[in-house]
Amino acid sequence: MEKTIAGKTIAVNEEGYLTDFSQWNEQVGEELAKEANINLTPRHWEVLKYLQKEQQNQVALSIRRVGKSGVVDIKEFYSLFPNAPLKTSTKIAGIPKPASCI
Amino acid sequence: MKNLVILGAGTAGTMMANHLHNELKQPDWQITIIDEREEHHYQPGYLFLPFDIYTPEDIIKTIEEFIPKDVTLVKKKIDRIVPKENRIELANGTALNYDVLIVATGAKIAPEETEGMQGKEWQKSVFDFYTFEGALALRNKLRDWQGGKLVVHITEMPIKCPVAPLEFAFLADSFFKHKHMRDKVEITYVTPLSGAFTKPKATEALEHLLHEKNIHIESDFAIEQVDNESKTIIDYGGREIPFDILVTVPTNKGDALMERSGMGDDLNYVPTNKATLQSLNYENVFVLGDASNIPASKAGSVAHFEAEILTENILRYVNNEPLKEEFDGHANCFIETGGGKALLIDFNYTHEPVEGTFPFAGIGPLRLLKESRMNHMGKLAFRWIYWNVLLKGTHIPFVSATMSESGKHYA
Repeated sequence: MEKTIAGKTIAVNEEGYLTDFSQWNEQVGEELAKEANINLTPRHWEVLKYLQKEQQNQVALSIRRVGKSGVVDIKEFYSLFPNAPLKTSTKIAGIPKPASCI
Repeated sequence: MKNLVILGAGTAGTMMANHLHNELKQPDWQITIIDEREEHHYQPGYLFLPFDIYTPEDIIKTIEEFIPKDVTLVKKKIDRIVPKENRIELANGTALNYDVLIVATGAKIAPEETEGMQGKEWQKSVFDFYTFEGALALRNKLRDWQGGKLVVHITEMPIKCPVAPLEFAFLADSFFKHKHMRDKVEITYVTPLSGAFTKPKATEALEHLLHEKNIHIESDFAIEQVDNESKTIIDYGGREIPFDILVTVPTNKGDALMERSGMGDDLNYVPTNKATLQSLNYENVFVLGDASNIPASKAGSVAHFEAEILTENILRYVNNEPLKEEFDGHANCFIETGGGKALLIDFNYTHEPVEGTFPFAGIGPLRLLKESRMNHMGKLAFRWIYWNVLLKGTHIPFVSATMSESGKHYA
């Protein structure tokens, strides 16, 4: 599927996750955040950059791991990205939805 | 003489001992298996214990009776593994050296990971059914419970047998119907996942069943604490769910031995090649069953399929041949749905559970992802198969270690 965002056409899957990270930029991130009713602050960006770095290093992301990262604790992670923080934040970061496995 | 050492005499370790003792024989090889416990438990039976379907006698045998006579069973606590020196150190101060090591120490619950879970309500109104003690305490509670809010809950993934909590909810529905008190019990299923299961087609089928059985589902719930005073579970977002009985699956972790030995990840699982089952860090260490970090279900059926492939790979390793990258994450699980019926799912790393027939394409007799009595008979028969076929490492006819795509309806 494709969608137009921040004046750009990007490829997404049926759940709205980017399928090609090279199409992501900060404007795309801003727009995806607005769709989730989130205004990105510098604190949000620190978390998003951390998630992208972990993804690049092929680390399997989980709420537990984010909570122990030293970047953000779970409580704050929830306040930054309410309801389902890992799903929301990875979508904004342009990386795949973490497979919570099996 | 060379030494092959197996750590853990549960489902996975016992199967490997039975597979390998025919292949690696004395005087060239000595096989040793180490486990401090006396009893071998049929863990799938824990699900049935709370509902008085199985008795403790049905699910407990000795470890000894399943270990071949030419394999040495050492019933001692393991202090640590020193993988760089190929040595196992026991808690009594003695040590064993190995040429090849198989880690099969499993996974266990860690309720201490969640604040308040082991508080004053533990085994009074907060229960687990992943231990024998927990399942038995819950049985005693349910026998004369008068009704109220029953909350079935998963703390975080991954867990052993990821369908067990769903089965618990289905069996509870059936149990209270039989006791003519279903109208007095409100059942809620609480999960950190976005739906009933992780794979889309199975989620759809299972959510339909939850709805049909009037079981309410609360998804995306990441628990922060159990409040013992108000009897509620609270998530990091502040969502609160009240309970009269909480049946929780606590965080699952690999054995603390991995932490002591510096061999585990943040949940004490051993980093493992998902196709060869060789440890990523030590080439003479192999890992099977729940102890590894591979992205397959933590279940006896998975360990069974792994054991067939690992046996071949260990023989290749000792003969200096390249390992086969053959394990595909194959899992095969019966899901009890109550009322004498069950579903069956068969899947692997890349293929989600779908509808179809099993094991014979177009014939069955078992049906995939559909409730049937035959599937339930299969689940009950499985206890006999477990004790008499599976643990002995005998191949189960018509069911291959890698998943077959025939008879399955992929879109």
